[in-house]
Amino acid sequence: MSREPQQTPVSRGRPVADPPADLTPTPGQTIGPFYGYALPYEGGERLVDRADPRAVRLHGTVYDGAGDPVPDCLLEIWQPDEHGRVPREPGSLLRDGYTFTGFGRAPADRAGHYDFTTLEPGATAPGRAPYLLLTVFARGLLDRLFTRIYLPEDAVALAADPVLSGLPEQRRSTLVAEREPSGALRFDVRLQGEDETVFLTYPGQSSYGFGR
Amino acid sequence: MSSTTETFEDRHREHDAVPATPPPGLPADPAASSDAAADSQSQLSEEMERIQRGYEASGEREHGPRLDYAPYRSSVLRHPTKDPHHVDPELIELSSPAFGHRDVGDLESDLTIQSGGEPIGERIKVRGRILDSAGRPVRGQLVEVWQANAAGRYIHKRDQHPAPIDPNFTGVGRCLTGQDGSYEFTTIKPGPYPWKNHRNAWRPAHIHFSLFGTDFTQRLITQMYFPGDPLFSLDPIYRSIVDDQARRRLVAEYDHEVSEHEWLLGYRWDIVLGGSNRTWTEPEEDER
Ligand SMILES: [Fe+2]
Repeated sequence: MSREPQQTPVSRGRPVADPPADLTPTPGQTIGPFYGYALPYEGGERLVDRADPRAVRLHGTVYDGAGDPVPDCLLEIWQPDEHGRVPREPGSLLRDGYTFTGFGRAPADRAGHYDFTTLEPGATAPGRAPYLLLTVFARGLLDRLFTRIYLPEDAVALAADPVLSGLPEQRRSTLVAEREPSGALRFDVRLQGEDETVFLTYPGQSSYGFGR
Repeated sequence: MSSTTETFEDRHREHDAVPATPPPGLPADPAASSDAAADSQSQLSEEMERIQRGYEASGEREHGPRLDYAPYRSSVLRHPTKDPHHVDPELIELSSPAFGHRDVGDLESDLTIQSGGEPIGERIKVRGRILDSAGRPVRGQLVEVWQANAAGRYIHKRDQHPAPIDPNFTGVGRCLTGQDGSYEFTTIKPGPYPWKNHRNAWRPAHIHFSLFGTDFTQRLITQMYFPGDPLFSLDPIYRSIVDDQARRRLVAEYDHEVSEHEWLLGYRWDIVLGGSNRTWTEPEEDER
């Protein structure tokens, strides 16, 4: 329904000839405490060079239900380029400094703070509100969480956005980044509590576990 | 914020020295979560049994872990409490980053040859396929693994378990899936290890897996376990998946076909990535 008539980058393929009898999705588990020497990589948080005139800083802090920062978490972003095109080029793990791959990975620091250098995403279709997809993994979090980071500027597009308009006003703001005077985008994540970030599920995913 | 003398690894090391979060109703006194004051395994097991009975009485079926699972103490303040918002995926959610041979070297799937010498322990191979819930292979996609060594020790600086580090084993591997969605790692069977959730808490042996699908909404991080582990019923992370059939999907199968003569033992573990929003359409142009 909200699908755009554009091509998606990976082949749909045919089912394998001998699929397993059970095709129920494999459950997730926590990332645990020891991913730090395995998943983060040099340049993971730098989707473009800081010197790139288009570069924007996207940063924030992850908080737990007591309002304390979460130092042992890992964040990933996936986004279109500044023209709203979905990148198809490999090279996220070993960046060449020129290719925008759209994927970034950043561990939080000791203060629960993360930092990406990236491009501002463009709208994937005229009139749509531009956003990045954010995934959060943490020790103590038994499965990943998805959310969206919307750019704050286009009030008309934000008001018309089907996801945001389905939310009460006060919760809606948890999905919109704040523009700092420096031009940076700030987006804090609150895993729990009064101003808890809105987390998303998609068709085909169960919503087990959210407080039940 | 980080000093200039720090290395990349220093800046990105883990922060596991954080004490376990107390269960609801107990004071959040850091001293209360020291080893001496922690809950016993029998208290923990009783809590897990109570949740299990509640689940079985509910008559519902759950396929994943509960995010709110108090026996895993660190989850208490880190699980969302509000309902997730259901969303129709858009273009970016229906696609996924591409990884290629620039990103992953061919030898990275063999964790036994990454240093100068042979790591110690039981040499194994883990093989399987990454499929979506329609049985379609996830092709050319990134798989990342990390694990403890044979003694149950991670190379991680914050791992305080007094078991030996193996200088010939980092426990980190990566590969790209084949055209049929297949992956394969040669490694050493990881040992179980203690942790601070409660007193005498031990994790069943496991390998951490990180997976991408064709849609970013299929992104999955999970753990693979070994058949017959006596620690399953005692482990709150495994048991956070309250459905017994669902959690057994994380247990690999011993497969003698994968074992190699006088060389290693083989395990098979297929992974199904849910949440793909693509519908099965008749054969289109092949993108190989
Ligand atoms: Fe582990």
